[in-house]
Amino acid sequence: MDFAKISRRHLLRGSAALTLGSVLGVRSAAAADTTIGFIYVGSRDDYGYNQAHAQGAAALKKMRGLKVVEEEKVPETDAVEKTIESMVNLDGASLLFPTSFGYYNPHVIKMANKFPKLRFEHCGGLWSDKDPKNAGSYFGYIDEAQYVSGIVAGYSTKSGKLGFVAAKPIPQVLRNINAFTLGARLANPKATTQVIFTGDWSMPVKEAEATNSLIDQGVDVLTCHVDGPKTMVENAARRGAMVCGYHVNQSPLAPKAYLTGAEWNWEALYPKFVKMIASGEAIPNFYRGGLKEEIVKCSPYGEAVSAQARKHADDIKAKLMAGDYTIFKGPIMDNKGKTVITAGTDRGQKDPELEKMDYLVEGVIGATS
Amino acid sequence: MTTEAADPVEAVAVSPAAGPGFLQRYGTTIEYILIPGAALVGALAVFGIFVALFGKNPLDLYFYMYQGAFGTWFSWQNTLTRAAPLILTALCTALPAQLGMVIIGGEGALLIGALSATSIALAIPWAPPLVVQITMVCAGVVGGGLWITLAGALRQYRGVNETISSLLLVYIGLAILNHLVEGVMRDPSSLNKPSTREIGAANMIGSIPGTDVHWGLVFGVVAAFASYVLIYHTVFGFAARVAGGNIRAAKIVGLGVGKLILTICFLAGGAAGLAGMIEVAAVQGRTNANLAAGYGFTGILVAFLARQNPLAIIPVAILLGGISASGGLLQRRLGLPDASVLVLQGIIFVFVLASDALYGRIAFLKGKS
Repeated sequence: MDFAKISRRHLLRGSAALTLGSVLGVRSAAAADTTIGFIYVGSRDDYGYNQAHAQGAAALKKMRGLKVVEEEKVPETDAVEKTIESMVNLDGASLLFPTSFGYYNPHVIKMANKFPKLRFEHCGGLWSDKDPKNAGSYFGYIDEAQYVSGIVAGYSTKSGKLGFVAAKPIPQVLRNINAFTLGARLANPKATTQVIFTGDWSMPVKEAEATNSLIDQGVDVLTCHVDGPKTMVENAARRGAMVCGYHVNQSPLAPKAYLTGAEWNWEALYPKFVKMIASGEAIPNFYRGGLKEEIVKCSPYGEAVSAQARKHADDIKAKLMAGDYTIFKGPIMDNKGKTVITAGTDRGQKDPELEKMDYLVEGVIGATS
Repeated sequence: MTTEAADPVEAVAVSPAAGPGFLQRYGTTIEYILIPGAALVGALAVFGIFVALFGKNPLDLYFYMYQGAFGTWFSWQNTLTRAAPLILTALCTALPAQLGMVIIGGEGALLIGALSATSIALAIPWAPPLVVQITMVCAGVVGGGLWITLAGALRQYRGVNETISSLLLVYIGLAILNHLVEGVMRDPSSLNKPSTREIGAANMIGSIPGTDVHWGLVFGVVAAFASYVLIYHTVFGFAARVAGGNIRAAKIVGLGVGKLILTICFLAGGAAGLAGMIEVAAVQGRTNANLAAGYGFTGILVAFLARQNPLAIIPVAILLGGISASGGLLQRRLGLPDASVLVLQGIIFVFVLASDALYGRIAFLKGKS
């Protein structure tokens, strides 16, 4: 009897909602000033790429008048178009953050053309003049933070052998490997970085194998560029190696082994974007920045980091924050002995040549193909 | 899964008890609708309990599932878009099942089909769009078809288990795709997302007029009907089912079993290859790693849920498309993790498989009171 009563009441409510569905939908959308949709390619608690964005979304949830809706594990197919439309049609979202690189072309462009009054902010894409004006792409020069990690790693290694678990030999990843190695060689000119490419963004088994194999070869400090650094961090810590994190702060996973890390600072950027929109200020369609612009940041130092390492790293960090330091400063040789940046050439953070990087610098053990 | 007695018409025709009674005449057909329906309701009930354990109201769950999958015109389009590739990849498992073969490599055929179709389109940029499109269809079908024929040939001539070989061929297919996309076929401007060049907007096949659903749905439905006719209303299909029932008997009566296996495998792979071609020509516009979105694997689930019946694949694919379409709403409204959709799919799968034991055992439906 009791059960019947409850279910009847709920059914009534359900059917009422059913008939009034669209009306309610509109009303609830109007109640909050702005609804913001976040779309992640993986799990939002991956201790990595997606969690970094989810932390940014969480920062928006704390702001007044905002409603944040999130959807995780959306593949880079037309599923993301449908998710965007669903957020627009059913949730009334007016600002969307499709956060995975592969969403941009053709999916985000298509949706931005379809909904010209809504704003799309995509992470990582290369917005060009041909793309819709209501779409924008933002990204950070996280190699600056990797450079600082490299300095700390260079001081912390005993064997002089560093390890890098990487996804694919694409420019963004190569730039991180190279910056990390250049930083490490600033601290220890004999340091080498052995790199292993797993072939894809989320390959936990291969990442664990790569971590073990690097440690077996004498590597004692590791970092990575994959979507979820958790596997590498936990395995390396278990094997007694030290780690530099990536994407978010992984120190809770390995409090003793964690030295520092290169993190995204979406918690700072997303509220900034929302405030810019609220004040009527246009967000540049192509938005980039590094440590100075607070788009990336470094994790706090772990207890294993020496005073000397802290001092050197802090020094470089301060220069990067001031904007008067160049990481890719010639002469730089690749690991095959060819000069890739000639003496006297400074390739600053915004240099488009760096976006096409296809080499590994001297000191990196590994090949791009 | 058994493949015999999948044809209600035939079962009634040969039944000696076939008389004037309604239940006697249509009992089997009713059974084929009633049992999976009951299994579905049971699975939803169990999923409701599962969700209730997380402190969510199951009735809200059902309402959002309905709204997200079938509640609005937009939801219908969302569902149908997601169902389109599943019909074709399900055929890749359902057709060989008529011969008693378990092929689970539809994903590989999809990737190879997509790759073949893209290669052809890029090779004839001067041809008019209609020619390019027709050539792409042929290339997709042939590419995917030959891929599964490989598994069939290995089974026929070398005695290799087709389930294992077709699964392993998925990984080989993916490796070939990645190798080409990151190598010779790479568009040099696809810096951080290695992709082939685009086939061009003019060569895209677009959507069914008046909807957002691409033409893949029509291809899928036509292919499913054609498969049904082939299996149940042609001599070839009859031979295939005889061979599936008892391969030695089939050989004794002089059926060319080897030819049957290779032909059916080619058609099965062709269906999945066509799905790959459509993903390129209707959604992605080029080939890259995004194509490996798991349609081939979900197709296996669809085929088994449809009891390998080509016609039943259509509603089952729409059902699974609906579940995945509503998954987003469950995440956004109820805060359920994405994995909950997988849990529901798993529960449905178990219920449908378990309900197999009920066929022919419901006395009421046999017309015996």
